[in-house]
Amino acid sequence: MILLNHYLVLSGILFAIGTAGVFLRRNLITILLSIEIMLNAVNITFVAAGRYHGSVDGQIITFFVMTVAAAEAAVGLAFVIALFRHRESLSPDAFTSLKW
Amino acid sequence: MQVIAFYILAGVAVLASLGVIGQRNPMHSVMLLIVAFGAFAGLYILLDAPFSAVTQIIIYAGAIMVLFLFVVMLLNAHTEDDMVPATIGPRTLKMGVLLSILLSGEMAWALTQIGQSAFSTDPGAISSISSVGHIGSVLYSTHAFAFEVTSILILVSMVGAVVIAGRPRRER
Repeated sequence: MILLNHYLVLSGILFAIGTAGVFLRRNLITILLSIEIMLNAVNITFVAAGRYHGSVDGQIITFFVMTVAAAEAAVGLAFVIALFRHRESLSPDAFTSLKW
Repeated sequence: MQVIAFYILAGVAVLASLGVIGQRNPMHSVMLLIVAFGAFAGLYILLDAPFSAVTQIIIYAGAIMVLFLFVVMLLNAHTEDDMVPATIGPRTLKMGVLLSILLSGEMAWALTQIGQSAFSTDPGAISSISSVGHIGSVLYSTHAFAFEVTSILILVSMVGAVVIAGRPRRER
């Protein structure tokens, strides 16, 4: 018998993996991929909660999250391309001009 | 049957996600993330959400990951990053591990606060939430404003991506 709790635990594990990726990796593309993992972990929570409450709102907000993720990926990758053109590097440590 | 499918799909999702953040080569990370998205789609089907499963495959695995693959191939930077080992300092590493553990602890605490919640097995409720027609009618009535705003968001991000990644002005 699979309970709502199983899906929440799975989503928590995946979100933690995504967070660890953002904190620990030094590659802009991998960081963006980790953000996608976090967004998907949240999506699982929404769909499971919608199934639990018997409403379609969970699936609808999943749809919106996917749309925002597509927009975010487009703009984020455009930034990656622009930054790579300037510094020839993908490491976030190369882009510290705005750091005080 | 459902229990076995859940554990297989969850295991694939977790292992593939761990692989994504463990790979040195971004190309392998993207491929593993596509595997993880396939497992997510399977989980959505287990949750009686075929619409979400199909959009997961079409939008995420089909469109967003292809975008990532294009950029990885375009920049062709993996060889360079392999040569210069992109390590992070011990202080940053300590902070990152600490924050991740803190977040996991918080979520584990929050998850212990909820009781055992079983899904309903009422076939009427299941067919109502898995119906794409029902999703569409709710999306275009209750959430019509959010839907329209999303189209503006897409337009702005499209123009923004072109402006940001476009050729620098002095080269024209």
